[in-house]
Amino acid sequence: MFDAFTKSAARNIFYGGSLVFLVIFGGLTAHSHYYMVTKSTASAPLTEAVARGKRVWERNACIDCHTILGEGAYFAPELGNVFIRYGGDKDPAGARETIKSWMQAQPTGVPGRRQMPQFNLTDRELDDLAAFLEWTAKIDTQGWPPNVSG
Amino acid sequence: MKYQTQRVALAYFAVALALFAIQVTAGLLAGWIYVVPDTLSVLLPFNIVRMLHTNALIVWLLLGFFGAAYYLIPEESETEIYSTRLAYLQLVILVVGTLGAVVGYLFRIHEGREFLEQPLWVKLGIVVAALIFLFNVTVTVLKGRKTAITNVLLLGLWGIAVFFLFALYNPDNLGVDKLYWWYVVHIWVEGVWELVMAAILAFLMLKMTGVDREVIEKWLYAIVALSLFTGLLGTGHHYYWIGAPGYWQWVGSIFSSLEILPFFAMVLFTFAMVWKRRREHPNNAALLWSLGCAVLAFFGGGIWGFMHTLHGVNYYTHGTQVTAAHGHLAFFGAYVCLNLAIITYAMPHLLGRAPYNQVLNMISFWIMAGAMSFMTFTLTFAGVVQVHLQRVLGQGFMEVQDQLALFYQMRFGSGVAVVIGAILFLYSVLVPRRAEVIGRGPEAPAASPAE
Ligand code: HEC
Ligand code: HEM
Ligand code: HEM
Ligand SMILES: [Fe+2]
Repeated sequence: MFDAFTKSAARNIFYGGSLVFLVIFGGLTAHSHYYMVTKSTASAPLTEAVARGKRVWERNACIDCHTILGEGAYFAPELGNVFIRYGGDKDPAGARETIKSWMQAQPTGVPGRRQMPQFNLTDRELDDLAAFLEWTAKIDTQGWPPNVSG
Repeated sequence: MKYQTQRVALAYFAVALALFAIQVTAGLLAGWIYVVPDTLSVLLPFNIVRMLHTNALIVWLLLGFFGAAYYLIPEESETEIYSTRLAYLQLVILVVGTLGAVVGYLFRIHEGREFLEQPLWVKLGIVVAALIFLFNVTVTVLKGRKTAITNVLLLGLWGIAVFFLFALYNPDNLGVDKLYWWYVVHIWVEGVWELVMAAILAFLMLKMTGVDREVIEKWLYAIVALSLFTGLLGTGHHYYWIGAPGYWQWVGSIFSSLEILPFFAMVLFTFAMVWKRRREHPNNAALLWSLGCAVLAFFGGGIWGFMHTLHGVNYYTHGTQVTAAHGHLAFFGAYVCLNLAIITYAMPHLLGRAPYNQVLNMISFWIMAGAMSFMTFTLTFAGVVQVHLQRVLGQGFMEVQDQLALFYQMRFGSGVAVVIGAILFLYSVLVPRRAEVIGRGPEAPAASPAE
């Protein structure tokens, strides 16, 4: 079918080309890493509380019901911008409180409605979680999501 | 079976198929929770069910790849596996890790990144098992004949292990976390797994069509070149909205659109080889799964992937039911079908029997392929409605979900059909029969003795 193109030519193109693309990709991610740390996530400091909040988020596998920055499960609302949805751009303390009382009020027990479990978080864990969601909402995401509904 | 040590594959395939059963059952339960949301909401909440579904999927696919490697490497390398004891030890580690993870999940012991929920000790176990595996197969290949199929297969398997190491890196910065999380998730399914897929398909074509090795191996290199040339930079389609620089919108859109090419090439390859075949292989079911794999991967990965990959589209569809639709058909078409193809091909050899139950096996293909396609369509429609109401009109998430109930009911229905198909498949490969239920017609070409 394509005789001039031999097997060893195909092999060499594969190995050589893949290496080139791997190096370009590695370089671009290194730059993106730097850009994230210094620019897009730098508007709010990544405090100890934020870091602990991320662990609370992970320990309870919130990601397997919710999306965050559009990634995760599609069963429950987007939480990357929940801080904004709760009015955190105008009243940060109020939004943090709303998040905490939401966590404490679950499950709603409304029949036929999707349920979020009660995680029995401590006060400090709730504060950390709120700090994490506040920090996340301040990441420069190139304008995503399209609106506050997430 | 030409080499005694190929038998190792049998144990791998058996465990893989058991996990396949668990995977689709958990999927069915997750689909049911969408329909009747209060089900088990305290005992077994949705996130745990989803974890079981996706983790069982990934582990059984990997076990299938390992089994396939142990099956085909002796034939390609013309030598026995270096050590069957290591191969069984590797399997034991993986089974213990998997059972540990499953039981742990039921008691809420897990990490918290999507698909990478396994506790650290399980992740480390996976790394150890992978090292044992790579050592075992690499030594085998080095002492025997080297072919393009084993080259590409080994490169893919090494790539799986190397990129899995990024699963151990979990920084505090969510954006940076996501940057490298995709090194595992995207570079696996749209990079190194494609090498494994192309190598296994090439092996199946070689055996079943009898076309010249030179021709097949040239195709193989061309396909995998397309995969990595497009798939590496194609990772950019996940870097649009996570805090990465804006240039990814161009890089990601362009290269990921080109990712359709390797999948298209695999369709051309399999159909061209079957067209040029020099023998009639008796295992028609394995051929059906192989062709089905290429076609459905092209639709699920290629077409459904392209549908939401341009950044202007992804801005609206990101993280909606459109993604779930694509995830299902892509995983099913590419990797589920691939594993079921090699299992259908290898089982008769491993058990020393003629390829029996073919009609039933082919029926199971059509049921599963049909039902997964149906599931994909319903989720796509759900996704489009969701995008319009939520992303364009700005209605709240939960309010929009109420509008999608009908689609979720249909998804559940198709899920039931998938499970029925899976049961038929398991029966057809595992339960022996003496003769085919439906005899071959007199016109059928005499099956020539083929491998
Ligand atoms: C079993 C699935 C599940 C898990 C796990 C889960 N959630 Fe939820 N979550 C939901 C559902 C469902 C809703 C919407 C409930 C409603 O509107 O009645 C929700 C709503 C929310 C909301 C309100 C969103 C809004 O827009 O008003 C917040 C905040 C939230 N979850 C945080 C979390 C955090 C933090 C975790 C992890 C500690 C978590 N959730 C784990 C299912 C889950
Ligand atoms: C072999 C067949 C299947 C494959 C390959 C498969 C694959 C997957 C994958 C990859 C995901 C994660 C999707 C993502 O993150 O975008 C997923 C989630 C899911 N699957 Fe499946 N699945 C299969 C069968 C089923 C069946 C039979 C059902 C039953 C209806 C089902 C229901 C679900 C549900 C409800 C989710 C969660 C989606 C969400 O987060 O909203 N799956 N599956
Ligand atoms: C067989 C190969 C493929 C498999 C198994 C696969 C699987 C998946 C899965 C499971 C997800 C969801 C990830 C998550 O949970 O966040 C996803 C997302 C995505 N895939 Fe694929 N995929 C494949 C090929 C492709 C191709 C070839 C393209 C492009 C042409 C593509 C484009 C995308 C895009 C744009 C997303 C992000 C969706 C979003 O923004 O929510 N995929 N893929
Ligand atoms: Fe991708």
